[in-house]
Amino acid sequence: MAKSALLKSSLAKKYWMAFTGLFLCLFLVGHLAGNLQLLASGEGARDQFNEYALFMTSNPAVRILSIVTFASILFHVIDGIIITINNRKARPKGYVSFKPSTNSKWSSRNMGVLGTIILAFIVIHLINFWGEMKFGEWETRDESNIEAVHVMENGVAVVEMEEQDQTSNLIYTTESGAEVKDLYTITIKTFQDPEWGLIWAIIYLIAMIAIGFHLYHGFGSGFQSLGINHPKYNTFVRRVGVGFAIIVPLLFAIIPFYIYFVLDKI
Amino acid sequence: MRQFELTHHQIFKSSNLQIKDMNLTLKIWRQKDAASKGGIQTYPLGGIEADMSFLEMLDVLNQELIDKGEEPVVFDHDCREGICGTCSLQINGEPHGPDRGITTCQLHMRAFKDGDTITIEPFRAKAFPVIKDLVVDRTSFERIQQAGGYISVNTSGNTQDANSIPIPKDQADAAFYAATCIGCGACVAACKNASAMLFTSAKVSQMALLPQGEVEADRRVLAMVEQMDKEGFGNCTNTGACEIECPKGISLENIARMNREYMRASVK
Ligand code: HEM
Ligand code: SF4
Ligand code: FES
Repeated sequence: MAKSALLKSSLAKKYWMAFTGLFLCLFLVGHLAGNLQLLASGEGARDQFNEYALFMTSNPAVRILSIVTFASILFHVIDGIIITINNRKARPKGYVSFKPSTNSKWSSRNMGVLGTIILAFIVIHLINFWGEMKFGEWETRDESNIEAVHVMENGVAVVEMEEQDQTSNLIYTTESGAEVKDLYTITIKTFQDPEWGLIWAIIYLIAMIAIGFHLYHGFGSGFQSLGINHPKYNTFVRRVGVGFAIIVPLLFAIIPFYIYFVLDKI
Repeated sequence: MRQFELTHHQIFKSSNLQIKDMNLTLKIWRQKDAASKGGIQTYPLGGIEADMSFLEMLDVLNQELIDKGEEPVVFDHDCREGICGTCSLQINGEPHGPDRGITTCQLHMRAFKDGDTITIEPFRAKAFPVIKDLVVDRTSFERIQQAGGYISVNTSGNTQDANSIPIPKDQADAAFYAATCIGCGACVAACKNASAMLFTSAKVSQMALLPQGEVEADRRVLAMVEQMDKEGFGNCTNTGACEIECPKGISLENIARMNREYMRASVK
């Protein structure tokens, strides 16, 4: 009984939900730390970000971590769907009059809806960047594209640029000699696109609001699910949860707007 | 001085209401039996005093219906003093009505105003099927209790006095508060998931917290949760509605304790 209890019972589903959810909170912190590098400007910013991206895609420890992250999202989503469906079945005939707003918070009752918005966002986000990184067309090009320099009689230098196919992405060598994929430029171009840049930023903002509400309930809820509830620490956990739910999504959401409005155009 | 003014005001108000009887519109779920479909029926009701209890108000309605030769509305009740957990009712979208920390039998008509429309429905859950009108079958709770909500002691005449075992005061208090659950089912009725975890966790906790109950703690929590799942109750998503609506203020801490107990028992 004990074995199946830890996999199939209602409580086991809660443990998995909480465990994967709280792990994903840790992931968010790491991901945010990486992304905040995008706020940097100047010469080194591009190299720094691209070297970081190279590290994140090649380091074996990070690879294991990213597999665990993908597995967590998958588990969390499947478990969330199973729980939500079972919970609907637990009340086949609803009330004519039901006033849940008198006894519970909106976010706590809409974790499934918020999660679905987040899932849709994750798919879009992966197509935008991870898919491009992994399956996009990449080409090693000489950065300067200079084919020849003619010095004319009056002393003016004429530079002949090589015609290049600009649809494929660039692989280049950084100052420190690492051969990197130029994810930085893809990212900045996405959010600086004159037509789509602002729309992307708004889509990202909506997703971050959904994550904020998801975590406003989810952070503390995860601790409760794992049995961590003690009058001494509850206030602390709640405050950290609310702070986390506001600060982390807010910092994420600032990045696209900063790139669109503030960062030098490339 | 302030205190006095307030009290005086309240007395004035309530005596005012007493003089003026209330006229209400009741929307009540009527269902002939478990197999019938059922639906909401509307009953106008006058002559209701603010100091009547909610169940007395229904008694008045039923007397009118009987006088007219109609079927009275069937509802559950027993002690009518908030200790047995028999009365139920979803009143205007909340179990036991709008007030906190009370059962339906302790709800008074002063919680409503003249001219109000009151919707009265049975508690809704797959594990609480409707028997008739507002009465639901809550024996699923009893089966959870039977699965492990007891301690095995020898009662053959040489029973040890329970008070001879020293128990830390805070632990005894927590066990006592958990034991104040009257098994009414308001937690299930309030929960958007129709989850019975507040009830089950209270029954798990009241035993697990005491040395007499500790002996069978692992077996108990596994069996009770298994039965709870079998009955078709939903899964807790920590909305906290149960704790707010519980007439006895059973705390969510009990659910966390059950989660710990269960985790410990299932990895053993
Ligand atoms: C960045 C991604 C995400 C993070 C950090 C996250 C975090 C969390 C946390 C901490 C919880 C609370 C667990 C508990 O109450 O025990 C939770 C619950 C939940 N999550 Fe997520 N989540 C994420 C994405 C998603 C996605 C994509 C879905 C899609 C279906 C989803 C659906 C749910 C549902 C339905 C619940 C409530 C289930 C319950 O309380 O039992 N989440 N999430
Ligand atoms: S926990 Fe509260 S609401 Fe639930 S059955 Fe016990 S007394 Fe009723
Ligand atoms: S009738 Fe006993 S608690 Fe209401």
